[in-house]
Amino acid sequence: MSWETLQIVWFVLIAVLWVGYFVLEGFDFGVGVLLPIVAKSDAERRTVITTLGPLWDGNEVWLLVAGGATFAAFPEWYATLFSGFYLALLLILVALIVRGVAFEYRSKRGNASWRRRWDIAITVSSFLPALLWGVAFANIARGTPLQLDANGNSQYVGTFWDLLNPYALLGGLTTLALFTTHGAVFLALKTDGDIRVRANKIAGQAGLVAALLAVVFGLWTQLSYSQNALSWLPLGLAVVSWLGALAANRFGREGWAFLASAITQGGVVIFLFTALYPYVMPSSIDPAASLTITNASSTEYTLKVMTIVALVMTPVVLCYQAYTYWVFRKRLHPSQIPDPGHGSLDLPHEINV
Amino acid sequence: MNALDLARWQFGITTIYHFLFVPLTIGSASLVAIMQTAWYRTGDEKWLKATKFFGKLLLINFAMGVVTGIVQEFQFGMAWSDYSRFVGDIFGAPLAVEGLASFFLESTFLGLWIFGWDRLPRGLHLATIWLAAFGTLLSAYFILAANSFMQHPVGYVLNPETKRAELTDFGALLFQNTAYTTFFHTIASCFLVSGTMLVGVSLWLMMGKKSADAMRKTLGLGLITVIVAGLGTVVSGDAQARIMVQQQPMKMSAAEGLFDTAQPAPFSLVTVGPMDGTSASWSLDIPGLLSFMATGDWNGEVEGINQLQAKYEQKYGPGEYAPYVPLVFWAFRAMIGLGMLAVLFAVFVWWKTRKGRTPSGKWLRYAAVTSTLFPLFGISAGWIFTEMGRQPWIVFGMMKTEAGVSPTLGVVSVLISIVTFTLLYGVLAVIEVGLIIRAVKIGPPDTVELLPVDDDADNGRTLTFSY
Repeated sequence: MSWETLQIVWFVLIAVLWVGYFVLEGFDFGVGVLLPIVAKSDAERRTVITTLGPLWDGNEVWLLVAGGATFAAFPEWYATLFSGFYLALLLILVALIVRGVAFEYRSKRGNASWRRRWDIAITVSSFLPALLWGVAFANIARGTPLQLDANGNSQYVGTFWDLLNPYALLGGLTTLALFTTHGAVFLALKTDGDIRVRANKIAGQAGLVAALLAVVFGLWTQLSYSQNALSWLPLGLAVVSWLGALAANRFGREGWAFLASAITQGGVVIFLFTALYPYVMPSSIDPAASLTITNASSTEYTLKVMTIVALVMTPVVLCYQAYTYWVFRKRLHPSQIPDPGHGSLDLPHEINV
Repeated sequence: MNALDLARWQFGITTIYHFLFVPLTIGSASLVAIMQTAWYRTGDEKWLKATKFFGKLLLINFAMGVVTGIVQEFQFGMAWSDYSRFVGDIFGAPLAVEGLASFFLESTFLGLWIFGWDRLPRGLHLATIWLAAFGTLLSAYFILAANSFMQHPVGYVLNPETKRAELTDFGALLFQNTAYTTFFHTIASCFLVSGTMLVGVSLWLMMGKKSADAMRKTLGLGLITVIVAGLGTVVSGDAQARIMVQQQPMKMSAAEGLFDTAQPAPFSLVTVGPMDGTSASWSLDIPGLLSFMATGDWNGEVEGINQLQAKYEQKYGPGEYAPYVPLVFWAFRAMIGLGMLAVLFAVFVWWKTRKGRTPSGKWLRYAAVTSTLFPLFGISAGWIFTEMGRQPWIVFGMMKTEAGVSPTLGVVSVLISIVTFTLLYGVLAVIEVGLIIRAVKIGPPDTVELLPVDDDADNGRTLTFSY
């Protein structure tokens, strides 16, 4: 493969990693956001969190690999994006740290205020990244103030507040609504009883809000910022599958609803990447400072090595991750949750207090 | 302080903190896998209790290692973007491979292990903890290979046109001697920490008469681990020192406070001198030991800081090429001393518990619960030594640390970030240690109920484990 082809391959592979991330951690975020609404009792909340138990960590690795792959394949993109969006990424990092710890530690004590605090932490730390990933991607698509510095490197010269423009905020609300719905659809598929009924209802309502936001955001992106007419295709795919997801949800076909919702989450990523190509980070003020798959790329040798590694490893990873989803395919019902003290680290004198 | 200093502090704080959780995860994952294997092979319930109990400690710790690890992957780009640009072609590859080959492995299979007790056949369930443990080791290899490039860059050329380092030999990057000796040293020290934890916790519970039979088994496993890992740490550290003299002689001389070339060179146990680190006024020496450590010959010549400084000025131009000597000197001694304390403690515990004895005494119990901290802080000292000893370079001989920082990084941004991380990490540390102490106080379960393995999709029985 030529260097030019390899650059396209890696642009596509990074898009694939983000598809994996949006599809998988997307529902994690949604479930976290919905925790206080969809679950009323402690047993219900534990049921909801346990649906993510064996999955959330593996889902988050998609982000880490997307970050690492960007570093390896497009170092200029990684450097400019991560240093430019410094404070926004800091917020996301803090949320992801709190979130992971909250899942693991929440039921380690029986104490009600301990659990309530971690529940709030789960909701807030799921809400923030669900919103901020949309804000970040919208800004990349829109173009950010990039300038060449004395060494000829593209540098972000805006501020944190520049990222919070109306278009990007709409993008953030769109991913928030899409992930929330995706989480509701997931819960309807993975639980039984009251949670399933509530999740089904919420999926219908949140899905309509998401549809509205996504159509406005999609058209705005396509008409104002897309580099390619071709991006109409994934946009169309995302919209059609979303309608399918809403219909399947309406008729209680939860497996189909989840599949269609997953296609939409992935479709949104493909849409944004197609709209961007061949840029990875266009500049809004100086075309010469725009980063493309060519000027942000690693050398041919690095891309070749990485391609071989990716071709060998990715199918293996997909197999065992799919296997995990198969092992934990059962629906959960609050009656299956052991008594509150089970698994907690309460000392003998603290139990039943 | 300027943005560069703050960014360095931040990297130091977040990395040292992250690496407080990593050694326990790496060592304990394998040790828990060994316990579960012992149960699988013998059916002895004592090993099942031990697996469940130390598995719980592993998981409390693992969560912290995972979440603090995300910061590590992101902060190269956030705070060190010019470094990322300069070496991205090389440094990004092992990071990406680490994610793809190991993070997926450890997170997915640990998830299967935690929630799979009543779903997976026993043999397969055992395999999941081994795969997770293997993932932690693999992850360590790739990230240490990346770090080894910063210590001793290989497998690259400098492109005069782009002024970037470009990868030419991925094999050389992954399998250079710096990478595998560092790996062996790091892994051995991780097992030293986990072994000490096993010894300390088992002893504490034995002395409190809790699950004493199971704890005597894990105490034995811990003692063997400490001895083997202790030896491994010494042997690999010795190999590292010889490589260091060839690759980064300045670091070795700074570790020794050796200001002028000597043949033979002594190893000084204690050095007193002005804190600016330009000379030594008094020291307590073991003659010839440094020569032996550095060259394998009791009479070998070791170059001094002043001579190396002159040499580097000729090679790289005017500048300061020595690290801050007092810090490097003491970090080196803290690393060795704290590691040795762990081994001595284990030997002492072995003596006190020989032939089925159970020792008593308040102070021994205190020592048991705090003993893990010694090798753990020893590892922190080791990282401070190796990273600060490389200064002023971020990539030895190629790029100075001051040239790697993000040019757009403002003092306010990095200050916000450093305060946020310090507070957040502080709070989480308190919570984490609190939970570990609780888990240890509760001790292993008196009996372990295991549901029969059942993968029937429609049954609604109570979960063995839930959040």
